[in-house]
Amino acid sequence: MYPNRFDYESPTTVEEAIAILDRSGGEAKVLSGGQSLIPMLKLRFAAPATIVDINNIPGLDYHHVDDEGNLHIGALCRHVDLEESTTLADTHPTLAAAAELVADPIVRTRGTFVGSVCHADPQGDWAATMLAQGGYVVAQGPNGRRRIDMGDFVLGPFVTALAYNEMAVEAVIPGASGTPRGSYLKLERRVGDFATASVAVSLDMDGDVIRKAGCALAGVGGRTIDANDAISCLVGKTLTEDSIDQASDAVAAVAEPRTDHRGSDAYKRHIVQTFVKRILTNLARTEQKAA
Amino acid sequence: MTSLYDEVQTPTDGVPTRRVTMTVNGEKRTVDVEPRLLLAHLLRQGMQLTGTHVGCDTTSCGACTVLFDGRPVKSCTMLAVQADGHDVETVEGMSSASELHPVQEGFKQEHGLQCGYCTPGMMLTSKALLERNPDPSEDDIRWALSGNLCRCTGYQNIVKSVLWAAEKMRAERGEDA
Repeated sequence: MYPNRFDYESPTTVEEAIAILDRSGGEAKVLSGGQSLIPMLKLRFAAPATIVDINNIPGLDYHHVDDEGNLHIGALCRHVDLEESTTLADTHPTLAAAAELVADPIVRTRGTFVGSVCHADPQGDWAATMLAQGGYVVAQGPNGRRRIDMGDFVLGPFVTALAYNEMAVEAVIPGASGTPRGSYLKLERRVGDFATASVAVSLDMDGDVIRKAGCALAGVGGRTIDANDAISCLVGKTLTEDSIDQASDAVAAVAEPRTDHRGSDAYKRHIVQTFVKRILTNLARTEQKAA
Repeated sequence: MTSLYDEVQTPTDGVPTRRVTMTVNGEKRTVDVEPRLLLAHLLRQGMQLTGTHVGCDTTSCGACTVLFDGRPVKSCTMLAVQADGHDVETVEGMSSASELHPVQEGFKQEHGLQCGYCTPGMMLTSKALLERNPDPSEDDIRWALSGNLCRCTGYQNIVKSVLWAAEKMRAERGEDA
């Protein structure tokens, strides 16, 4: 299978990339890891006039935590960089748990975090982790940078709030003010398949009391499901059998699964409930051991 | 019959090509490519390195895996122009004229293949694994190979092959002495 013809540009600075996007008038597409875009080009679901390959722009492959605990992920940070990170599990455990579940190991050597978020697939893993943790995208255009909260970033399947002349230069995921706890669970038929259902849970703990709770779901709706309100019933509480049951029921209630070849809607909702319960129960056990 | 490669690479008026230079199996190669040419097709048709197999063509199966700067990538999901200035290794680069790579030897010893279609990708992913982790557990191997599909073997002998290769490579370095 072959993509349509396109003009290929390989800028070496972000400014140059933005100038090309600006000139293209909306007919250009940014290529980072290409693990979603190239298949879409080959299937001709996408046929941009110009491809702006950002892989030759130096200095975008970083991920680091700043003084305030916020994690910054550059546009060329690959999934494997996060998977192999030795510090991520301490500062952002939800992301660390998701890192090894994104696609398959070979795709992870090439695909990027920011590219995956910009692809805006309703089944994307990273979008769910971003939403559960109040993450945002930093977009740069001809007039400078702006911050787009994850909740506002995706307008629909494969559509984002980025203007045609803007490039997502980094993603930022706030850190916890207390102890960060969280995880990500995903049910897939085989490695690399789209999620049947997946759940991201992120907690900010003060001792054994939950200060903040975040949750988002993938694979169980036409978009990444924001379950932050649903899981907020945990705030101010400790992880007990009752609070865990209440939270997993509340989160399962906001899922919007549809019956398809991966399972019935009732099955997928059950998976969501089970995953929330499993994540929280495991975290409660860890807390008990630590105490 | 003209191949897709011929169709894409036959110069047409007004279709720009780019000159790119990459190292393929240790040898510097300079080629003119149309930007939409896929790396897998440049290797197979442009360079006659047909050991790189195209299976699903949709980024699922891993048969087209090559090492890109030492890390496994799916060559059906990369543009050939993106290899400019980079290092590409295919299955043809694994052995020397007289000697198989220990991973290749392992696949022979432990019957790690049946039809052979997935084998080049399996071996390159395994080679990259062993370079980073010389003493992998069975789980490590299954995990590393989870992006490479095999429809014949049931994976058991592939895992044994990689364990065999790991042992041989450690012995060669004198670690198991």
